[in-house]
Parts: sequence; structure tokens; C-alpha cells
Amino acid sequence: MIVHEPFWLMLIKAALLAFVVITIFAYVMLAERKLLGRFQARYGPNRTGLMGLMQPLADVLKLVFKEDFTPRGANRVLFHIAPALVILTAVTGIALIPFGTTGEILGHEFNMYGTDLNVSVLVLFALAGIGFYGLILGGWASGNKYSLLGAARTAAQLVSYEVAMGLSIIGVVMISQSLSLVDIVHGQMTSVWYILLQPVGFLVFLVAAVAETNRVPFDLPEAESELVAGYLTEYAGLKFAMFAMAEYVNMIVLSGFGASLFLGGFDGPWLPGWIWLLLKIFVFLFGFIWLRATLPRLRYDQLMRFGWKVLLPIALVNLVVTAIVVGVFFQN
Amino acid sequence: MDHMDPDLTEDPFTPRMDLPETERVVRMVEARTPAEATARTAEFERRAAEQPSTKREPLILNMGPHHPSTHGVLRLVTELDGEVVRDIHPVIGYLHTGIEKQCENKTYWQAITLVTRMDYLSPFFNIHAYTMSVERLLDLEVPARAQWLRVMISELNRITSHLVWLGTSGIELGALTVMFYTFRERDRALDLFEMVSGERMNNRYFQVGGCSDDVPPGFTDLLRRFVTEMPSRIDEYEGLLRKNPIWIERTRGIGVLSADELIDLGITGPALRAAGVDLDLRKARPYSGYEHFDFNVPVGTHGDAYDRFLMRLAEMRESVRIIEQCLDGMPEGPHIADDRKVVLPPRSELATSMESLIHHFKLVTEGFRVPEGEAYCAVESPRGEIGCYVVADGGPKPMRVHMRDASFVNLQALRPMAKGALLSDLVAMIGSLDNVMGGVDR
Repeated sequence: MIVHEPFWLMLIKAALLAFVVITIFAYVMLAERKLLGRFQARYGPNRTGLMGLMQPLADVLKLVFKEDFTPRGANRVLFHIAPALVILTAVTGIALIPFGTTGEILGHEFNMYGTDLNVSVLVLFALAGIGFYGLILGGWASGNKYSLLGAARTAAQLVSYEVAMGLSIIGVVMISQSLSLVDIVHGQMTSVWYILLQPVGFLVFLVAAVAETNRVPFDLPEAESELVAGYLTEYAGLKFAMFAMAEYVNMIVLSGFGASLFLGGFDGPWLPGWIWLLLKIFVFLFGFIWLRATLPRLRYDQLMRFGWKVLLPIALVNLVVTAIVVGVFFQN
Repeated sequence: MDHMDPDLTEDPFTPRMDLPETERVVRMVEARTPAEATARTAEFERRAAEQPSTKREPLILNMGPHHPSTHGVLRLVTELDGEVVRDIHPVIGYLHTGIEKQCENKTYWQAITLVTRMDYLSPFFNIHAYTMSVERLLDLEVPARAQWLRVMISELNRITSHLVWLGTSGIELGALTVMFYTFRERDRALDLFEMVSGERMNNRYFQVGGCSDDVPPGFTDLLRRFVTEMPSRIDEYEGLLRKNPIWIERTRGIGVLSADELIDLGITGPALRAAGVDLDLRKARPYSGYEHFDFNVPVGTHGDAYDRFLMRLAEMRESVRIIEQCLDGMPEGPHIADDRKVVLPPRSELATSMESLIHHFKLVTEGFRVPEGEAYCAVESPRGEIGCYVVADGGPKPMRVHMRDASFVNLQALRPMAKGALLSDLVAMIGSLDNVMGGVDR
């Protein structure tokens, strides 16, 4: 199934993926603003270009020309590294999401994904974990008390959610007997989508994914009404843009991850697989945006209580039940 | 919230152990000139670097005066232990415009314009308190229609003020959408204000003796349409928040003070009624014909932020009822008292009556004279008791105008509430007290 690709093709693919994900990010942001506008009885951006379609470009241009400001009390090295770390881990994640099996271009067959590791699920987790370091370091290095509090909240959120999220998808891994996302999707193509076998795991994953991306109602690290902007407070211009970009790219990657794990990934009739995956990703993103338009923000301690006392037990019970069922009935 | 005058003779870096930590910090950094501020900061940092402390120190966070959710320019020097607020020290005065003092240099009817700008969310209540005091000094009878017009516009103002509160406190707890819904309705109410007063903010409509003009044609229909739609809109806000588990979690049990403590602090308005005290000046001391209206005063039980939220929603519904009664039973008659020494003559008379012209000239140049005396009249504003104390010395300008502003007094409750709460709760408390800094600082 996996075809061997020449090196130049890999390079082109990598460049293309990075370009596509960054473009998608810009338009996800626009879609969010448009949708939020509709949810909130207003229009959203519609002045720049046709229907506001050039708005992302205008935003980027504005941010590029902002002063690149470093506060006096900041740890300069970490302050500069943090946004790079965040964006690096976020964009890397897209390489692991399979958009299909194989395609053909100029007589060369190639795989419809950046890379297929036999531990890609774990790698995605590792990337998310490292990405969080960016937020924590960025907040700490800013030399601002609001940023510091935001960083502390980020750390608290990380420990509350990573565990539940990890446990929520182990059920899928058990059923598919693989940690490779491509194999997991193929497993769903031959049987059923794992959302039917793992509904509880899916719900826990959804909640944890919202927390993972720091979105409402779990946007405590940047809670703008309490911490001004949390870890982002001292960032401006392109560095700010990098944090924002990382948040949205993370959303896209996690949506692709969730779609591949539970909703059959690129599996679907009639249309090409990558369109199916994009559709499923958009369903996830729409959910994220809808939540943002509807819910207030949880408090720091309530979030931790929820993570440890509600999500974690549910994920554990789900895991044990799945393990027993798989072990007893489907022993190969 | 005592006034702090930094004593420059004392060494600002010697800790005053008799003061709480937050006040000590404020004393240390409070400076009179930018140069002094720089010097003090440098000295502070030098001393801190010289003797690194080994004991566990609280984090002093300076929230405000520019902070997204301190409702304007409130500054809170906050002593944090992690995210737990150990103490706060509110510092006010960043929006001080000297309105009360300025009033002393204006004639009585010019001062109305200044008074509207105090609590900018409830301009009509400010003028109402002021004009009532002046009318009492003048012993001037306000015609029934003027009183009913005042009630109608005041209650509309109460709705707009609560709508701003609901929107902003929603944002403070992270619920962004409510604000757009409330401002949609508020905008229509502002259109109505614009029809009667020509202004959308800082409206000047009530005059000494009544209202400046009758409502324009078409106003009644628009207002009636507004009040028939409003209850379903309030349902909409309730639908978003009232049973939302996160909203309940964030507001239940937050900022609780017992009724006795609230009374000791002088708190009035929804914040007091949420704790179970049935005190509403419209019922307790009816003014401007409120005794003719049938409405309830919602009273809560717990006295937490959630109860205050329910109180204000219920108050909006009651205001809608009062406006409906106003529309149904508006008495006929003049919209302003017929006292030519105080009230401007009708425009139409100026071309025909010499006497009217002279009165008009005297009123707009010198103003009317108010007999010596003092008066205090209070109205129930969206935030509590707004009272105006006017001292007259017999001349055309007030000798003293003082506002007992509900926001200013209610702000006192913040410190006892905040001790031991979390930083996020502090924001929820500020929101639930609904302070308007324009009113606090005046």
C-alpha cells in the first residue's frame, strides 16, 4: 500500500502541505469571524475584497508592519523561541494526517499523506505536549504577571487534559490494533467508523480537544477579561500572529486527528477522500466555533475538577470496558 | 478606599507594618511626578535586588486602571497567592472630571447638562435626582403628565442600563454573544431616547419643572412595539444563560455578603435586594407618581452573583410593565410646569409677547434664582439609590451639588467580597456589582 517516493516529491509534498495548512488557517479564521458574526446577529468582515475574502491578507499585512516589541523584563531568548516552538509543532502535526491512500502525479505514484509512522498517534501527542511548552515558556519569559498567570493556567490545563485525552483514544488503538493513523483509517474502511464502537471515547476526545486548543469554554490561559490576554499579553506583530496561527493550525490538526480516529478519516462514498476529510474537519471546526459563540468560560479550579474527576474516570471506565470486550470477543 | 496622600517626607520604602500589604505597595509606588515615579521604581528594584527575600511572598498584581473588565478605569491592587485573592485595594479617581465642582459655576439649568455625564449609563436618573432637589427648593409642582413622562423614560433607561450590564458581565465570564443581543435591543431604545432628547447618550430631557418637551409624534407607537417585543428578548437572554451549567457554576455562591453586612456598607439597588432586603425607593419612598403604578420588586435569597443576575432580569420585566402602564394611562396636560420665572416660555410666544421674550432672555443669561436652603432627593437608579444634595444660597448658581452615587457606595462591597476568592471570581464580582466609573469618580 505504501509507495516509495523520490526525495524531490517528498519535498514538494512537504512544501505543499505547509502552504495548504497555512492558507486553510487563514480562511478558518475568516470563517470563524463570519460565523461568529452570524451567531451574534451581525455580518462579520465583509469589506476587504469580495465578501471579505481578502481579510486574512489584510490582517497579515497589518501584523507584519507592527513593531516587533520585546518588553524590558523579558527573557529575550525564550521570548523569541516560544512562538517558533508553538508554530513548529502545530504545523508538523499536519504531516501525520492521512488525506487518502495514493495518488498519481506526472507518472509518479505518491502517498496522500506527509508520512506514515507506526507510532503517529503518539507523535501527535508528543507534538501537542511540546507545543504547550511554547505557551508556558512564552508566558513565563514575557516578564509580565498576567502572562505568568496565563502560563500557570496553561500548565494546569495541560496536566488536566492530556491524560484524559490519551486514555480516550486508547480504545480506538485497541480495536484497530495499530498506532498508525493510516492503518486506523483502513481499519474503519473494512469495518465501521469507530465512533459507533467508541461513542464515549469520542465524547471525551471532543471535550479534551477543546481544552487542548485553548478554546472557549476552556480558554483560561488567554482569558481576555481576566488576564488581559494571558500568555499572549506581551506579544505583538508577527509573534502574536504565530501564536494565533498555531491555535488554528492545532484546531485543524486535532480535527483531522479526531476525524481519522473516529469518523473514518478519508473514508466516504462518491467524493475523493481528501474532500471527505476536509468536510469532516470542517464539521469539527464548526463545533469549535459554535461553542465559542455559546458558552461562558470555566474557572481554573472548575476546569481541573472537571478534568480529573469527570473526564478521567469516564475515559478510564471506557478504556477498561473496551479492553475487556476486545480481549474476550475479538482475540485474534 | 480612603484617600491616600503620599507623604513625601517619610521614606516610602520603609514598610508601614500597620497597613495591609496592598496599601503598602500602593504607598511605595504612588508618585506625584513622572520623575519621582521613575526614581522610586528604580530604588524599589535596587532594594529588592539587594535583599532577595527567602520567604514566600504574595504576587501583587496591578489590575487596571486599563484592564478589559474593570468597567472603565477602576484600579485594583490585588494581592494574589497563586490565583487566590488575599486582599484587594481599589484605587479610584482616574475618571475624575470635577463635575460636582463645575456645577457650582453653572446656573441651575446649565448644571443639568453636567449632571447627566456622571453615571453615563443612567443619565435620566442623575437629572431626575437633581431636578427633584431643585424643584423642592423652589417648591415647584411638577404636572402629572411630566411625572409620568419621567417615569416612562426612566424605566426605559433602566432597561438600557441593565442591558449594558448583562452584555458586559457576559463578556467578563466569557459569554461573548449575549452582548451583541443586548446591544441590538439597547440600540432601539437609544433611538427612542434620540427621538425625545436629540441625543443617544448623556441625554438631557428632564428640566426643572417637568420635561423639556412632549414626546414627538410616532414615539408612542415605537415605544409600544419595543415593550411588546422586549419580554421575548429577555427570554432569549435567559435561554442563553439562566440554565447554562457553566454560567451557574461561575456565578452561584460568588460574592456573597450577608444582608447585614451589605446594609452596614450602605449598598443599595439590585445588589442589596439579591440578599433578601426589600428596599426599593420607588416603593419605600414613592416619587414622581410611582405610587400609581403596579409593579413588583424582585427580591433574592442568596445574595450571590447569580441572584443579582436574576434580579436585574426580573427588574427589566417589571420596567416593561411600568412602561406599558405609562403608555395606557398617560394623563393629558402640560409637559412642564407653568412658572415663567423658572421655565422657558414656549417658542411660539417669543414673537408675540414682550414679557415672554424678557423671561426667556433672563432665564438663558442669568438663570433663575433659587431661595436659600438645602434639599436631598433620591431616586432608585439601576444601581441603587442615586441622591442629589443641592445647597442654594439664593443666587442663580448652586452653592454645592453633591451626588450620592450608588456605584461609588456599592464599590465598597468589593473588598470584603473578594477576600479569599479566585481571580476569575473577582472579575465576576466587579461585573455583578455593576459599577459605572463615571459615577464613582464624578
